[in-house]
Amino acid sequence: MDADTKHDRTVEDCIKNCKPVTDYVLDSCEAIGHTIVNLFLAVGRLAMFMAQSVLHVFLPPFFPRLIGRQLIDIGYYSLPVVGMTALFTGMVLALQSYTGFARFNAEGAVAGVVVLSVTRELAPVLAGLMVAGRVGAAMAAEIGTMRVTEQIDAMVTLSVNPFKYLIAPRIIAGTLMLPVLVLVGDIIGVFGGYIVSIYNLGFSPGNYLTQTWNMMETIDVVSGLVKAGVFGLVVAMLGCYHGFNSQRGAQGVGAATTNAVVSASILILIFNYILTQVFFS
Amino acid sequence: MTTTTDQTAKQEEKEIPESCKLQLCGVKKSFNSKKVLRGIDLKVPQGQSLVVIGGSGTGKSVMLKCVLGLLHPDEGSIMVDGRETMGLDARDRNRLMKKFGMLFQGAALFDSMKIWENVAFGLVQGRGMDRNDAQAIALEKMKAVGLDEQVGDLYPAELSGGMQKRVGLARAVAANPEILFFDEPTTGLDPIMADVINELIIKSVKELGATALSITHDMASARKIADVIAMIHEGRIIWCGPVGELDHTDNEYVDQFIHGRAEGPITDIIGKAA
Ligand SMILES: Nc1ncnc2c1ncn2[C@@H]1O[C@H](COP(=O)(O)OP(=O)(O)OP(=O)(O)O)[C@@H](O)[C@H]1O
Ligand SMILES: [Mg+2]
Repeated sequence: MDADTKHDRTVEDCIKNCKPVTDYVLDSCEAIGHTIVNLFLAVGRLAMFMAQSVLHVFLPPFFPRLIGRQLIDIGYYSLPVVGMTALFTGMVLALQSYTGFARFNAEGAVAGVVVLSVTRELAPVLAGLMVAGRVGAAMAAEIGTMRVTEQIDAMVTLSVNPFKYLIAPRIIAGTLMLPVLVLVGDIIGVFGGYIVSIYNLGFSPGNYLTQTWNMMETIDVVSGLVKAGVFGLVVAMLGCYHGFNSQRGAQGVGAATTNAVVSASILILIFNYILTQVFFS
Repeated sequence: MTTTTDQTAKQEEKEIPESCKLQLCGVKKSFNSKKVLRGIDLKVPQGQSLVVIGGSGTGKSVMLKCVLGLLHPDEGSIMVDGRETMGLDARDRNRLMKKFGMLFQGAALFDSMKIWENVAFGLVQGRGMDRNDAQAIALEKMKAVGLDEQVGDLYPAELSGGMQKRVGLARAVAANPEILFFDEPTTGLDPIMADVINELIIKSVKELGATALSITHDMASARKIADVIAMIHEGRIIWCGPVGELDHTDNEYVDQFIHGRAEGPITDIIGKAA
């Protein structure tokens, strides 16, 4: 008797739990819809945040001390990282393009390849990625910690606008300093290629430099610097955005930091493509 | 001519604050499905010190944050000096903030700044005061909460919890605001220091003519600093009256709370703890 009812129940349950196929289709539609709606929400929120931040960059009061500190923090202290990245990238580029071009007896193109790749693409993108890891993460962690420990709330009660005090200086510094870093990176990267070409591949210094100089045009450097400015803005904006909206204690700050770095890196790569398209097509 | 306008102005000034410096009407706030505030009604007249008591997690801090505009209430109205503050734009909100001073429950000191810079922050960054003048005021306010000059050059992480709390208090009163909010000002302090803080709060209200809204669990402190006590329970103010009436009320909730009994009508705290 007992066993029977149990059996009945399980069968009933089975029938109850069995959903028609349409339900599965609807469920998946719902999931997709949710994702898309959330995506739009996130983009909207980020856009609002950006608009507000940029507004406060141009509206007084300004905090020159803080801007100065951020300029040093982002610019000066990122120099070693960006310099090393550029140096070794230039070196490996010379080495690799030489092996490639030697097959077509076109070794003379090495100088051109190095200078174009470095100024147009590699210096801005790699510097952007390195700075995203170094500076974007730090911004998200610092602002995130201030958020979860109520320091941002405290700032508001002392009638200081956190957009002006915390975010605007970082955005100004990020946008201004990354082009400077990239310019330095350009020089170091080309120098790296030069070193390898002269001491390793046996080029003549004079020839190499003339080739470099002849290949390079203003637009190559300028486009790289414009890209750098955009990447700097992206890194600072996402670092601040994720930090500012960080939630739930240490774990929330950790998540904010990760999100800041990952989203900034991906956006850098996307913007790199778009800007290249704009400049060179 | 001028005297009459002055008089009328004075009268008006008197009338509005008399009616209320701060007034909350039906303030509701929920987080997702959790209803924290279910319609708070509270009036704080000019120059009065009101203390809100109530169990842990009943929404006292949330209430303060709603008044300060750090959280947005779902419903209700919050009036300061007879003016509605809900839905103010950023500039008006910022102007309003200059009337407020807030001590956070967790002190919320800026950990990248020295102690004196913390205390002077609102003066220097918020009001554009000269750094040296602000430092002098900061050190004076720190002395009032029992912190000496050497502490000024330390960082928040180098201070004990109670010292941090006192720095937070000094920061809240640094700009002599019109309305003071204290979220548990005496928790984590020894009884003597707690009394020093109580005196400081009384002094701010009596001498500077400030209006104070404090939260506390410390009944001794509440009795000392309050003109009026209000008790919050399940998101509503269930009792409100002068301090003197506290011991004569027949409200069972209040009675249980002020005597700290485990048995009584307030069961949800115990339920949660178990
Ligand atoms: N940001 C938030 N998100 C979600 N829930 C929250 C948030 N802030 C507060 N709460 C909830 O609101 C309730 C009231 O919190 P609140 O901090 O106001 O308590 P309290 O009365 O100040 O308690 P205590 O005396 O312990 O400080 C708590 O149950 C808490 O879980
Ligand atoms: Mg609290």
